[in-house]
Formats: sequence, structure tokens, C-alpha cells
Amino acid sequence: MSTLHTVNKSPFERNALCTCFGHITAGDAVLMIEDGVIGARKGATTAAMVQAALQKGKVYALSSDLAARGIKPADVIDGIQLVDYGGFVDLVTQHGRTVSWL
Amino acid sequence: MLLGIVVNEGPYTHQASDTAYQFTKAALEKGHSIFRVFFYHDGVNNGTRLTVPPQDDRNLQKLWTELAEKYKLDLVVCVAAAQRRGILDADEAKRHGKDAANIAPGFRISGLGQLIEAGINAERLVTFGD
Repeated sequence: MSTLHTVNKSPFERNALCTCFGHITAGDAVLMIEDGVIGARKGATTAAMVQAALQKGKVYALSSDLAARGIKPADVIDGIQLVDYGGFVDLVTQHGRTVSWL
Repeated sequence: MLLGIVVNEGPYTHQASDTAYQFTKAALEKGHSIFRVFFYHDGVNNGTRLTVPPQDDRNLQKLWTELAEKYKLDLVVCVAAAQRRGILDADEAKRHGKDAANIAPGFRISGLGQLIEAGINAERLVTFGD
């Protein structure tokens, strides 16, 4: 069963994103929401970790949370797909379960 | 698809309640059904009718109530979490000798079994918290 992982913490605050990446298997997706979108920032010290995860599975970020934090689409690591709340809903329905890394 | 929602944080303390509301609204607008929204821990604070946020700020309790009215949602507040935080309906207020009830319209107080039932009946359960 594929899993959607949601991460709502900045990788500079907690290690949820890093731990989550360690658990993803084929077909899984990771969605960054709330402060989790800080992990989508191009050039951050955590970017290499995110790029490595993109080789294993799909990574998404919630566009309104990026906009709220002043991160423009051009600032987002290549390969991360942006979704709105409707896209968030689609990801939930497309995967067998949702794990919230709180 | 039939979805269940869990909200573990109160309004104005964490973005979780805002995200849960926006997600629930988007799911309903896409034609999905919500089996139940379960408010647990500090999430019960979404269900008091006595909050008075500034007029230029969003009123999350009101937004939940309006969404529940529009889509006939089942908004359930955990009884034990609610009692600790002073969220009471008329029956609970009477039972505990309190002089007021403050549960917001559209919300109801019930037990943790309602969360278990949502987990069994909903095809997906999505949790929002800190």
C-alpha cells in the first residue's frame, strides 16, 4: 500500500523530514505543508537531502504555505511539485493511507 | 471518497486548524464526503462559541460551523479533552454544576469511540496537529 507522508515542521526545527525520507518506499509521496515547506528551499543546507529523496519518491509542497513564507516557485528545488489544497486532497485519495509526521 | 479528519490543535496557536479547515473545504468542493471531523486535545478549542477574534481576522469556529451547516458535517469534540479545557454543552454543564454551556453550533460532544469509528468507516483518515 502506498503512503502519503505529510511533514509540517521545518527541517531546521525538527528532524521529521529527514526521518520521513528514511521511511519512504516505492510509490510513496512526501507533501511539505505549513513550516515543512522551508525544506523545499533551493540552496538550503538541507537541499541535498531533499534531492536524494527525489530519486526515491515524489515530493510535493503546498503552494499557499510557500507563498505565505515568501518562497517563490523559482526558489523551490527542481523536481518538487507544487499543489494547492485540491491537489493535497488528490494526493490523499491517490495513496492508500496518510501518515502525518507531527 | 469517504474521508475522516482529526484536528489536534486549537485555533490561533498553530496552523493545524487552518490547514484542516482548508483541506476539508477543498475535499467537499471536489465532491468527496467527510465521515466526521474529530477534535482532540487542544483541538477542542475550535468548538467554543465564545471566541471573539478581531474583525479583520478569520473566525475559525465560525468557519467550521458554517461548513458544517452547508455540508451537514459531523463535528465531534472529545469529551475528556473538552472538560479539561472548559468546553461544555448543556448536559455537561448541568452534570458538573456549571452555570453556562459554550459548545458552538454544529459541534457535539462525544467520546473517543467516535474517533475509532471514523478510523474504521472512513477510507482515509488525515490528522492535523503540531
